Amino acid sequence: MTGRLLPLIVFIALVALLGFGIYWNEHHEMTEVPSPLIGKPAPEFTLPLLYEPQKILSRKQLLGKPYLLNVFGSWCPTCQYEHPILGGQIKQLGVKLIGLDWRDDPEDAKRWLAQFGNPYDAVIADRDGRAGIDFGVYMAPETFLVDAQGMIRYKRIGMFTPETIKDELLPKIAELTRSSP
Amino acid sequence: MKRTLATIVVITLLAAFGTHRAYAIDPLEFKDRAEEVRFQHLTKQLRCLVCQNQDLADSEADLAKELRQQVFTMMQSGKSDDEIKQYLVARYNDFVLYDPPLKPGTWLLWFAPFALVLAGALVVLGILRRRAHLPPAPIELAEINSEEDW
Repeated sequence: MTGRLLPLIVFIALVALLGFGIYWNEHHEMTEVPSPLIGKPAPEFTLPLLYEPQKILSRKQLLGKPYLLNVFGSWCPTCQYEHPILGGQIKQLGVKLIGLDWRDDPEDAKRWLAQFGNPYDAVIADRDGRAGIDFGVYMAPETFLVDAQGMIRYKRIGMFTPETIKDELLPKIAELTRSSP
Repeated sequence: MKRTLATIVVITLLAAFGTHRAYAIDPLEFKDRAEEVRFQHLTKQLRCLVCQNQDLADSEADLAKELRQQVFTMMQSGKSDDEIKQYLVARYNDFVLYDPPLKPGTWLLWFAPFALVLAGALVVLGILRRRAHLPPAPIELAEINSEEDW
């Protein structure tokens, strides 16, 4: 009896496995590479400000208050979609917003920000992309939540939507204020 | 005859140096052939983060170019292959390596195929053992003439 049922059982097991694969694919972004930097100190950087290139901003100067580091570029179409969403909500998030203009021409970036608005507390220019590589950035936009001690607490790969801000970012920011009053 | 020979020589030279030149995408200044081979070998083992089914050696993505440049610079400053891989893994995870390292998180990946083969072998062995105890099945005429059924 069991011998006869065996092919059916194997077939059902195979269907279940493939079905699980489809389900998994639907609910996960398969190209997302989880960052090994979460829970670790943010990499050192010393970069010129986009609007005042003679001044620099470093990781050390930003210590003391949590901030969001938003990697963008004027060449990045998805950044245009994310820009008004993040810019519109940053006031309610209660953290600073630092823009990292990644692998970009400063003039293009300024024009882009003039056109779409500038919600950033500061914009730093990473023209050769080296700082981005240190942060493990491989696409844009990407956003890092860095706490007051300079630790990376969360990373978003791809654009923020109102849903991901509410479901992922807000709880992470709430955690920050709870752990360090 | 002379002309044919000359043509052959030219074609051979073109083939030899042509492929040699086409090997590297970027105009990197290798100090010798050995260094270039090492560079190619290393970047073949690394994954491009942008086009994720391409290796770093082949990818035309801007980020891949910059990472190749970074690998090249690190080679120039005397870093070993392992150090360069560590540099990339620290930023982009084990995912940048085409060969996943052996560690608790990848045991399933590495050993599951062997476990499956072993399980299969045990099942086959079990069936064979059980059959060994059975008396040989009588050969029926229908079985011999089974071809006719087709």
